Amino acid sequence: MWIYEKKLQYPVRVSTCNPKLAKYLIEQYGGADGELAAALRYLNQRYSIPDKVIGLLTDIGTEELAHLEMIATMVYKLTKDATPEQLKEAGLDAHYVNHDRALFYHNAAGVPWTATYIQAKGDPIADLYEDIAAEEKARATYQWIINMSDDPDLNDGLRFLREREIIHAQRFREAVEILKEERDRKKFF
Amino acid sequence: MKQMPKEYYELLEKLQAVDFALVELTLYLDTHPNDYQAIQQFNQLAQQRKHLKKQYETAYGPLQQYGNSYSNYPWNWNDTPWPWQV
Amino acid sequence: MFTTRKQYEPYVSPFDPCAPILVKTYVTPPNLYVGFQPPNLPQFPLHEALKKGTLWKIFYDPYYSPYEMANKGDGQ
Ligand SMILES: [Fe+2]
Repeated sequence: MWIYEKKLQYPVRVSTCNPKLAKYLIEQYGGADGELAAALRYLNQRYSIPDKVIGLLTDIGTEELAHLEMIATMVYKLTKDATPEQLKEAGLDAHYVNHDRALFYHNAAGVPWTATYIQAKGDPIADLYEDIAAEEKARATYQWIINMSDDPDLNDGLRFLREREIIHAQRFREAVEILKEERDRKKFF
Repeated sequence: MKQMPKEYYELLEKLQAVDFALVELTLYLDTHPNDYQAIQQFNQLAQQRKHLKKQYETAYGPLQQYGNSYSNYPWNWNDTPWPWQV
Repeated sequence: MFTTRKQYEPYVSPFDPCAPILVKTYVTPPNLYVGFQPPNLPQFPLHEALKKGTLWKIFYDPYYSPYEMANKGDGQ
């Protein structure tokens, strides 16, 4: 089971009331390479991966849920007290008429989240390579969002999240090495 | 209007720093189960974490529920602020 | 000097309508160079580790927006 902890993984700050940034950020909430997709991808794959790497998928999947909460916090803070007029200016008018200020699992273009964003082939190597690619794509997405943002406090949190993707990719690469079972053996080629 | 004092943010960040190192070491140990020194560091930080949790909860209420934290009277799990509100 | 930021000069046609970007850059994150992490690598102090997003110095790879680069870039 999971137990919720009443704190964020990282102290998230936002310096300006800028709903336009929320519109970009929602990509990492309900987009193809976002935190929801990441959490669900790893937590689903772990049932059919070799025992040696179940722990890693469980722990990274759990950390992704903490990242999802960070993104939600950023979106919440960027839109909390924004007027309908400000939301309209930010291009969130279509979102507003459907959801008011509620968060929703869709991407920056408003396309709702779908299970087809995540893969589970049941082949350990195929699945881990999928995970490595997902981490690099998430890292790239954070770069593009940072490029679009002039809010230094927001970027501070986004840099943290981007750095985490680098670590996750590193661990998934190590998981591949573990499955090759060459770690403690002399190379024979 | 209820607002959290400066000390709240300081203690929270202290806890976040220790917990972050524990997350990093957890992922590392998932792929390096035989690193004795890393496990020692992990256990030391886990101990430190226990003290910080106690200090935090005494001042600001439960971090977890389902019985992983004690409760005051009345039930204070639902008290604000929630993490995204601070 | 080594950098994780790589560059290339894309082909420029006289018929490209937008002002050409003469040098393009892309990121090659540190995880591509480390292989299986060896034990006892240098760590950041705890509070700094939280701020940087990793406990291990070798994986730290800051990324700043063009807005921030003006005054805060890491030169990479
Ligand atoms: Fe990740």
